[in-house]
Amino acid sequence: MHLKYESTIREALVDGSKNYHQITEDICAPIENKPTKLWTMGFWLSFSLLMFGVFSVTWEVYWGTGVWNLNRTIGWGWDITNFVWWVGIGHAGTLISAILLLFRQGWRTGVNRAAEAMTIFAVMCAGQFPIWHMGRVWDAFFVLPYGNTRGPLWPNFISPLLWDVFAISTYFTVSLLFWYSGLIPDFATLRDRAKTKFRKMAYGYASFGWAGSAKHWQRHEMLSLVLAGLSTPLVLSVHTIVSFDFATSIVPGWHTTIFPPYFVAGAVFSGFAMVQTLLVITRKVLNLQEYITIGHIEAMNKVIVLTGSIVGVAYLTELFIAYYSGVLWEQEAFRLRVMGPYWWAYWAMMTCNVVSPQLFWFKKLRRNVWFTFFMSIIVNIGMWFERFVIIMSLHRDYLPSSWSYYTPSWPEVGFYLGSFGLFFTCYFLFAKYFPVIAIAEIKFILKTSGQNFKDKMHPIEEKSDEHFLEEQLHHH
Amino acid sequence: MSIKKFAVAVFDDEAVLFPAVKKVRSAGYKIHDVYTPFAVHGLDEALGEKESDLHIAGFIYGITGTSTALGFMGWIFTTDWPQNFGGKPMFPLPAFIPITFELTVLFAAVGMVLTFCYLNQIMPGVKKHIFHPRQTDDKFVMVIEVNDTNASETEMFLKSTGAEETNIQVAESDWWYGRFDKKEDYEIQQQLA
Repeated sequence: MHLKYESTIREALVDGSKNYHQITEDICAPIENKPTKLWTMGFWLSFSLLMFGVFSVTWEVYWGTGVWNLNRTIGWGWDITNFVWWVGIGHAGTLISAILLLFRQGWRTGVNRAAEAMTIFAVMCAGQFPIWHMGRVWDAFFVLPYGNTRGPLWPNFISPLLWDVFAISTYFTVSLLFWYSGLIPDFATLRDRAKTKFRKMAYGYASFGWAGSAKHWQRHEMLSLVLAGLSTPLVLSVHTIVSFDFATSIVPGWHTTIFPPYFVAGAVFSGFAMVQTLLVITRKVLNLQEYITIGHIEAMNKVIVLTGSIVGVAYLTELFIAYYSGVLWEQEAFRLRVMGPYWWAYWAMMTCNVVSPQLFWFKKLRRNVWFTFFMSIIVNIGMWFERFVIIMSLHRDYLPSSWSYYTPSWPEVGFYLGSFGLFFTCYFLFAKYFPVIAIAEIKFILKTSGQNFKDKMHPIEEKSDEHFLEEQLHHH
Repeated sequence: MSIKKFAVAVFDDEAVLFPAVKKVRSAGYKIHDVYTPFAVHGLDEALGEKESDLHIAGFIYGITGTSTALGFMGWIFTTDWPQNFGGKPMFPLPAFIPITFELTVLFAAVGMVLTFCYLNQIMPGVKKHIFHPRQTDDKFVMVIEVNDTNASETEMFLKSTGAEETNIQVAESDWWYGRFDKKEDYEIQQQLA
């Protein structure tokens, strides 16, 4: 048995007086009860947004990508902005589930399930944009390397756009496997508690027949650890490869080596903001404040202020290097970002991403739920503008006669709204039918990090070090 | 498929379970399995289970992914459809790295999860006997295979190790294809008897 002692200086991760059974009851309650009015309203609102998105995309497929306001100068617009934005959001889920697992951060257990779900849904949304931008979407499978009748003519394996295909699909698959392998034991819990026949059957299938054998748990632990080890470089690679879409081009403002780390930091930044947006509401609506505590929110706000500052340093570095490079085109690209026709996007980005997150240096604000929610929206707006600013570098190329300005058409806006519909429809279904918190993992940390168990640590702390050491040695 | 008789002990806490496992094993009983609601660290060791080799399988799958990606792209670029891109090398290794890395991770992850399911014999549609309805909730269940002669004696012994509840169950020891909302034939027969 491992050491059941943790310093009382560390904040409890599970508030209130809990035991194993109470944890099961608390987390299963929203699944087993009838959906609330709020849930029903939210679900149908999301679903109607999704339907509007479907309509917008159908319109685009029928008439062709010409219905979007893209032109010869600005070939990428809202679609790629949204793609990068959604992929970035996904990154926080993997960071929480994988990197924090390797770093043995106990607080990840309260939020990892929902964050991973967010990753999967965000990647689903992201994938839509490049696919529908293909125009002749029925030929989308041409990106796959299969022995075709054209020679076979293979896709270009040294193009960053094809790397994206591999990166995003791998990322989606691995995240899904990681998430689902964690869900199996929790589905078994739901199955064994189920009162109705249908639930017993459905969760029976979903749980793969899991019974909780000691050997199976041992393999499960090993699987989680190795998948975490695989996901950690994977998550860094995905946004790196996304940044290659820009960085390997020769467009001024894009062709920079700073892009991979700067994109990854930005991705984590926006992802944590989205996790905050979702969890601040989820914990309230599903009554899970004792599991997703203010301490959890504070920890995530710390990540936000850190990554926000990294992003800020990256913005300033970019500006400096553009000046220092002495390359006229590079300098002009950045001058235009700051005070060109899209100055408002640049300054929106700067305010939302660099200036406002600095308020999180104040502990009071980090621990304020309303402020956190407000900031999470601000950060997501800022990160959307970051991608928009980068992509709008296209608006002035080398030939003044092709200089252009771009505003989206309604199918582009509809497509973006539709991706929100897809995301929230999935999230609402998840929150109703899946355990939002990893039940088994919370039980695992209960005896070290639960409030009622922490209270029992005081007598241990009063003992002398020698006494404590002797007791521990004796115990083993 | 074989239906066997088991002595079942239900424990309330892992702190009671550990000394019980020790006692049962030193008394010479062979533990069929212990079911817990979460991963109890050290339990595998206490049961004398050796470490899992799943990570080795993962490594092999990963290497397979690496060589598949490099081999396939290399074959295409040098043999099947060689093309000259601006005088660059025919085998541009740095440009192959992203896809090679992704396939390594993909093969390792998919392979490991499938191996995990195979080793544990779990998949949708598989059913196993659940000895206690709360073994996935808050109870720790130790199961020992018995026969007609030593059943009650084993149960008595289990009771003495601190189990809060003990019983004798006739159950399928392996997995089978079934649905959790339906009772199995042997369960119905038991209820009738």
